[in-house]
Amino acid sequence: MELRALVPEGPIERKWERRRFEVKLVNPANKRRYHVIVVGSGLAGASAAATLAELGYRVSCFCYQDSPRRAHSIAAQGGINAAKNYQNDGDSVWRLFYDTVKGGDFRAREANVYRLAEVSANIIDQCVAQGVPFAREYGGTLANRSFGGAQVSRTFYARGQTGQQLLLGAYQALERQVALGRVAMYPRAEMLDLVVVDGKARGIVVRDLVTGAVSSHAGDAVVLATGGYANVYYLSTNAKGCNVTATWRAYKRGAAFANPCFTQIHPTCVPPAGEYQSKLTLMSESLRNDGRIWLPRRQGDHRPPQDIPDAERDYYLERFYPSFGNLAPRDIASRRAKEMCDQGLGVGPGGQGVYLDFRDAILRLGRDVVAERYGNLFEMYERITGENPYDTPMRIYPAPHYTMGGLWVDYNLMSTLDGLFVIGEANFADHGANRLGASALMQGLADGYFILPYTIGNYLAQTKPAEVPAEHTAFRSVQAEVAARSTTLLGVTGTRSVDSLHRELGTLLWDRCGMARTGAGLRAAIDGVRALRERFWKDVYVGGRGEDLNQALEKAGRVADFMEFAELMCEDALHREESCGGHFREEYQTAEGEARRDDARFAYVAAWEYTGASERPRLHKEPLAFEHVPLAQRSYK
Amino acid sequence: MNLTLHVWRQPDGRTAGRFETYEARDVSPAMSFLELLDVVNEGLIARREEPIAFDHDCREGICGACGMVINGRPHGPRRATTACQLHLRQFTDGDELWIEPWRARAFPVVKDLIVNRSAFDRLIQAGGFVSVNTGGAPEANTIPVPKPAAERAMDAAECIGCGACVAACPNASAMLYVAAKVAHLALLPQGQPERARRVVSMVDAMDAEGFGACTNHAECTAACPKEIAIDFIAQLNRDYAHGLLHRLSGGV
Repeated sequence: MELRALVPEGPIERKWERRRFEVKLVNPANKRRYHVIVVGSGLAGASAAATLAELGYRVSCFCYQDSPRRAHSIAAQGGINAAKNYQNDGDSVWRLFYDTVKGGDFRAREANVYRLAEVSANIIDQCVAQGVPFAREYGGTLANRSFGGAQVSRTFYARGQTGQQLLLGAYQALERQVALGRVAMYPRAEMLDLVVVDGKARGIVVRDLVTGAVSSHAGDAVVLATGGYANVYYLSTNAKGCNVTATWRAYKRGAAFANPCFTQIHPTCVPPAGEYQSKLTLMSESLRNDGRIWLPRRQGDHRPPQDIPDAERDYYLERFYPSFGNLAPRDIASRRAKEMCDQGLGVGPGGQGVYLDFRDAILRLGRDVVAERYGNLFEMYERITGENPYDTPMRIYPAPHYTMGGLWVDYNLMSTLDGLFVIGEANFADHGANRLGASALMQGLADGYFILPYTIGNYLAQTKPAEVPAEHTAFRSVQAEVAARSTTLLGVTGTRSVDSLHRELGTLLWDRCGMARTGAGLRAAIDGVRALRERFWKDVYVGGRGEDLNQALEKAGRVADFMEFAELMCEDALHREESCGGHFREEYQTAEGEARRDDARFAYVAAWEYTGASERPRLHKEPLAFEHVPLAQRSYK
Repeated sequence: MNLTLHVWRQPDGRTAGRFETYEARDVSPAMSFLELLDVVNEGLIARREEPIAFDHDCREGICGACGMVINGRPHGPRRATTACQLHLRQFTDGDELWIEPWRARAFPVVKDLIVNRSAFDRLIQAGGFVSVNTGGAPEANTIPVPKPAAERAMDAAECIGCGACVAACPNASAMLYVAAKVAHLALLPQGQPERARRVVSMVDAMDAEGFGACTNHAECTAACPKEIAIDFIAQLNRDYAHGLLHRLSGGV
């Protein structure tokens, strides 16, 4: 396996323009002869499927939800960044690029990030034209706000439902293409494997989640837009169905998996309430714009928060980071919260929580302004906890939220497998070791609307259409493997539910491969994951039949893949003997407790190659050069 | 707390269903309604019985996947709350709960509490979009949008497509869902070129899917977890009349 990033020559400002000129074009009359398979219908998948169909390709789009509109992008609250500089506060493509590389702690590819910043402005234009009801100023122009880690106001938003509105825009564009007969939509269909023939991705094998029927779909290229793997921790802010299966299956068929240990723990989530907790709910990071984070100075101070005077409160983020204060980047805010709680200062059930207080914002701005900005978030919090944030501070705690790691892709968003493209959160590309707030929506839509539609043409132009049909023996054998796997899962006559084993895996990873990691802990985690995986295949009980709607079987397949994936994630975390972004190794920190990167040894993308079930994965390194953003230790003091 | 659940069980759309009774013992008031079903399912799995099938995904009230009728009310008793955001503190120890799927001809039962809501996607296909290809958009601030219009459009656009409005309506009408989309786009300058065609096409599609008509019961707006206002139905009716005239005059 060879990692060729295929970054265009020339100055960084001209690279994308140059690539768009270099790519081979498919004759407009020939486009309909090419069939592209898109897996996933979130921001990346829906925007890609719609755009490819607009260009004239035949597209099939698959999602496990009952409607493409429900993909988990819908839950993104805060906003989407774009370098429009509407606020005249000094923003530019260059500044967005700079912030993203630096925020990612210098573990992203510069050329990709520059391109992301470059197309960010087009995204806003496109979404507005679709009728996305972004927030406006009284003069009718678009409103912006500043968002976690940024010192300019470049975030566009639609109340606290930006992801929903952007996804509905993409979904409506997609449904328009469905109506025109250019996209075949397959809801309640889950990709269970990738079919590779002679080193090229040729299609997928899918299970119909209603009938249980397993079928093959052949295409000239396959696009994975299947999101991240934060559910490996069981408790995360992801939707219950989010999973690693599509990318993990692709990895086992030859696509390199990059930086799996780069996971993002979001600082502002509602803390878990009990054993039965099924997911964690994120409270938008925008709350940190006006909320102040604090803990009682004294351990065991059980007074109601309103009764604790300011002198006895520790606004620890403002203390540690005077210039960024409560807006310190996500990884830092999360780690500090955990440290404080580990010292026994935490509040709420199990001492897992810190206060996020709006008292001062309400005094300064008035209740109405606070309600206008955060009303729906306050309501959501009140529904979950039964407490009213206007009167009593919220309790928040970090939770796994986003995964920067993903399948390795080149500048054209193609994986190490020819014909397999990976977009959105599913790839590794743009966020390095830490993603900035409001950048996930930007990346998903950049990939889907404005990057993949160009680069995939270059691949298709060099491919004959419909070379490998779904009747090919390769499809038959993969389909048989998929069916056999379901049969095996259904045949295990254990006593444990899938969820209970998944919860165990989650706890293990949260403790050992979560916010803070150590070499010894990771070695123990690898042993633990192996032992748990063995138990899974002996102790699990799935029940029901394969030829039916069987939600336990769906979960079992996903958890079986998480059990394998978890080991690679720990391996990656163990090998990376430095701290960067979301990856914090306790052995590698500065005297002040900040992450200490080791650029001499680790300024590279770690791309792992599958070498067999009982073999160690092989590490490939893509060196990263920082020619435009000088390497520096992040400082938010 | 303890609860008695009567849950609709139906293996598939061809087989008749019935209520089964389950006792939920010592559950926490801080638990969500779906977590209650998770706990009941864990018990069923331990007894080698088939767990209750129900749609759910984000569990934070935005994806619109979950939906069930709880004691006769879609998404249960709490105002503006999806089933996943409903917590047991809304109930009283010893309560008896009847849990059913959405009931509507256009939403056939798939299994237990799961129904097929693809008809909603087809309503969007009928015209719930702005026809603009990627790349063809003008600079975003070229067309100013008055803040009140943008806010009102957002009020309508908040619809999560869960189908509670249909389940609540005695006519199983999808008027609130269609009205929300029609109004969202009609309130914005970007939605004007297709405004007349969109509304007629979407209303026609709604009839063709087997949804009923609106007779102003307003059950939809009361059940809506996003509190989409019934005023949007008035706007839909007005736009529809305008759209029909437009078609009669050869405009569509």
